[in-house]
Amino acid sequence: MKYYVKMVRPYMVWSFLLIVIPMLLIAIYSVTTGGNTLVNIQFTLENFAKFAEPIYVQVFVKSLQIGLITVGICLALGYTLAYQICRFEERIQSSLILLVTIPMWINTLLRTYAWISILSDNGIINTILQALGLEPVTLMYTNFAVIIGMVSDFLPFMVIPIHTSLSKIDKSLIEAAQDLGATPFQTFTKVIFKLSIPGVLNGVIVTFLLSISTFVIPKLLGGGQYTLIGNLIENQFISVGNWNFGSALSLILTAVILLAITLMRRLDQEDKEEEL
Amino acid sequence: MKKKKSLPGVVYIVICFLFLYLPIFVTMFFSFNSSKSLTKFTGFSLTWYQQLFSDAEIMGAVYVSVTIALLSTLISTILGTATAIGLSKNRKVIKELIININNIPIMNPDIVTAIGLMILFSSLKIEKGYMTMLLAHISFCTPYVITSVYPKVRSLNPNLANAAMDLGATPWQALYKVILPMIKDGIFAGVLLAFTMSFDDFVISYFVTGNGVKNISIIVYNMTKRTNPTINALSTIVILVIMVLLIIANAVPAVMKRRKINGVNRQKTSEEGNE
Amino acid sequence: MKNVIIELKNLTHNFGDQQVLKGINLNIYQNEFLTLLGPSGCGKTTTLRIIAGFEEPTGGEVLFNGIDVSKVPAYKREVNTVFQNYALFPFLNVHDNVAFGLKIKKVDPKFIDAKVSSTLKLVGLEGFEDRDVTLLSGGQQQRVAIARALVNEPKVLLLDEPLGALDAKLRKEMQTELKKIQEEVGITFIFVTHDQEEALSMSDTVVVMNEGVIQQIGTPEDIYNEPENRFVAGFIGASNIIGGAIMKEDCLVSFDGQDFECVDKGFKENEPVEVVIRPEDIELVKPKQGLLQGVVKSVVFKGVHYELQVETEFRDYLVQTTRQYEAEEKVGLTFEPEGIHVMYPM
Repeated sequence: MKYYVKMVRPYMVWSFLLIVIPMLLIAIYSVTTGGNTLVNIQFTLENFAKFAEPIYVQVFVKSLQIGLITVGICLALGYTLAYQICRFEERIQSSLILLVTIPMWINTLLRTYAWISILSDNGIINTILQALGLEPVTLMYTNFAVIIGMVSDFLPFMVIPIHTSLSKIDKSLIEAAQDLGATPFQTFTKVIFKLSIPGVLNGVIVTFLLSISTFVIPKLLGGGQYTLIGNLIENQFISVGNWNFGSALSLILTAVILLAITLMRRLDQEDKEEEL
Repeated sequence: MKKKKSLPGVVYIVICFLFLYLPIFVTMFFSFNSSKSLTKFTGFSLTWYQQLFSDAEIMGAVYVSVTIALLSTLISTILGTATAIGLSKNRKVIKELIININNIPIMNPDIVTAIGLMILFSSLKIEKGYMTMLLAHISFCTPYVITSVYPKVRSLNPNLANAAMDLGATPWQALYKVILPMIKDGIFAGVLLAFTMSFDDFVISYFVTGNGVKNISIIVYNMTKRTNPTINALSTIVILVIMVLLIIANAVPAVMKRRKINGVNRQKTSEEGNE
Repeated sequence: MKNVIIELKNLTHNFGDQQVLKGINLNIYQNEFLTLLGPSGCGKTTTLRIIAGFEEPTGGEVLFNGIDVSKVPAYKREVNTVFQNYALFPFLNVHDNVAFGLKIKKVDPKFIDAKVSSTLKLVGLEGFEDRDVTLLSGGQQQRVAIARALVNEPKVLLLDEPLGALDAKLRKEMQTELKKIQEEVGITFIFVTHDQEEALSMSDTVVVMNEGVIQQIGTPEDIYNEPENRFVAGFIGASNIIGGAIMKEDCLVSFDGQDFECVDKGFKENEPVEVVIRPEDIELVKPKQGLLQGVVKSVVFKGVHYELQVETEFRDYLVQTTRQYEAEEKVGLTFEPEGIHVMYPM
């Protein structure tokens, strides 16, 4: 099998050029001034200092809030959905899971776009409300619209890992818990939920990553003024043209996500140690 | 898990699916609207489908999305599969280094990957357009191919390739006659993942494209301010194509499995007949 | 004089810092059934893999008909291997598995079918061509693996613990069958096993290995009756190994405070040696008639015989007998001069 060792070489070169170097470039841009070329650059930390300005701190806090709310809703809805799906026979379960995955394969933008026609002032919901003789409500360009869009987009990413964890649980463990006198509620909290934690963590990490970094959903459903950290980064590169500050923001975003992943992993480990 | 189904449980599942599919149904529904409105259905028509096929910009975007998806799937599948096969034979240090680098685009938000590539292309003075979009797509699809193929390679019995070579196959013959058939499920999963990742991508394409090269997502993004049901017509076609492909992808293995089981039964019957 | 087909010259092999072969020298002859026998980790499988071409030796030479092939890749060698756990291609049926090597060599398809059928017949799987290999029993998979190797008409067939995964009864059947097949095709078989009984019952030549070193090469009878050292004696079967014996003169050895007549010659006078007495070579008699006296400590029924632990003044002896004894019974131990095997200490 020694023959295939060299097959990794193209990708070693490729991944260095198109994965490592771009990350290094972002790092370099984030600590320099000198605009969008690498000629006459100067070292500075002012890109990071700029982030401490209240206006940006606000954006960051809002992103975290919206992200955490989205993750929370996805977790509550997704766990229940995965749990209910697990009650079916395996053949039906796999069809249901396929149904959960299909929206993932369909363009995010197309689905977000559809929410506009559902939520807008003369959209479907308001048309129904008016038909029922009720007052129309403003739904578009609110936190509510943004969160609805995110939840409908990211929910499958929560359901699938949780379902995988749940479906792997050995039935005899549940029977053992019941045999030892656990009520259905105790069986759930003390056995089923604990065993599904790896799936939950996976789902939480992915939905958090997606919701804190998106700029499409807030832009389409929140309106032009609605700014989350993703929009801030987009603006720096597309309209403002401050690549240095944009790079610093990207690094901060990456750091937040890495921190979240590390925290979640540690949580998982502590949980295991506790049980030992 | 318990196999007890409850009515509230079924109702809950139905509501969740309604929530997930509502935007998809709405998109499809209004593609058949006779007026331009996306909120009031004024009558059935296929106008928007006619308009779609005569809209040069949209058809151009379809061409870009499809060709980029096909090319990047092809290239990232070859690159990723070769890497996954080679990876398991390498020293631990190299293996871990590559796997960690490979995880960067998977763990990083799309927008960070996107601006990294954007800065790279402009630093190298590569003109942004079709080529940069293709390179970027290969770059973010390959890690997913590797993560779907590598576990299959690892669970492979190393004696299978040895057996092929023992029987006179060159390493190259052993690769395509034995190793590839053994890991084809992983490769197939990788192909499916790469194609949809590429076809659906907006964020990375948006940052690395230029010179008027647009894929479907970019067109949709630019259109949102001017409501236009042609995009619903396009979405409907895309959704139907993806659903058909997914059903085929899921039905084919099931049919194959059934055939194999039938084969087994036949084998068993013939065995009984022999006795 | 038989022809040497494979010659291993001072073969060494390292895995990292660990030397797993420490200078193997071995001649393998045409048409012989040779077994590499030893505990796991002794280097027997590595030796086989070097002959097959899957590993390149760190040092030394592998000669095929006098030509060094240690750098020749596996696919260019005229040997074929039957793998541990068979390594059948699960996506091919029985016919296509067996035909694999012939197709690679671009043999005429008409000839392939006939050849595959006749080889399947040889291994007792006539008419199995269209079966799915993953659905065959262990014994049948084993036969497919043998057919897949033999169909290429190799000069040497390598078998890496091929019977390890089979149950006891099937193992016995396959041992006889393998020997029969080997006689029928008339080529060299190199067989790797850790099972001494398997090695003794099938082989023309047994090579006992331990820790990367060959301990003894000989016929099964030689190995069993005249083990050259304590390791071989111990590995080949439960034995009474007596250290600290002295060779007084030809055919007279002293241990346990007595002189015993034996049949071994050629040692120096008063040379320190070790002695092996097989449990089945010791006869139990009335205490006073024995060369040694002892007390039965334990009795275990083994089916054909009883295995007894007998405590004597100097040591415990393992004895096999067909008569039943009680624990704490006083007995005498006696053995013939032929039952005493003198060997050099390790």
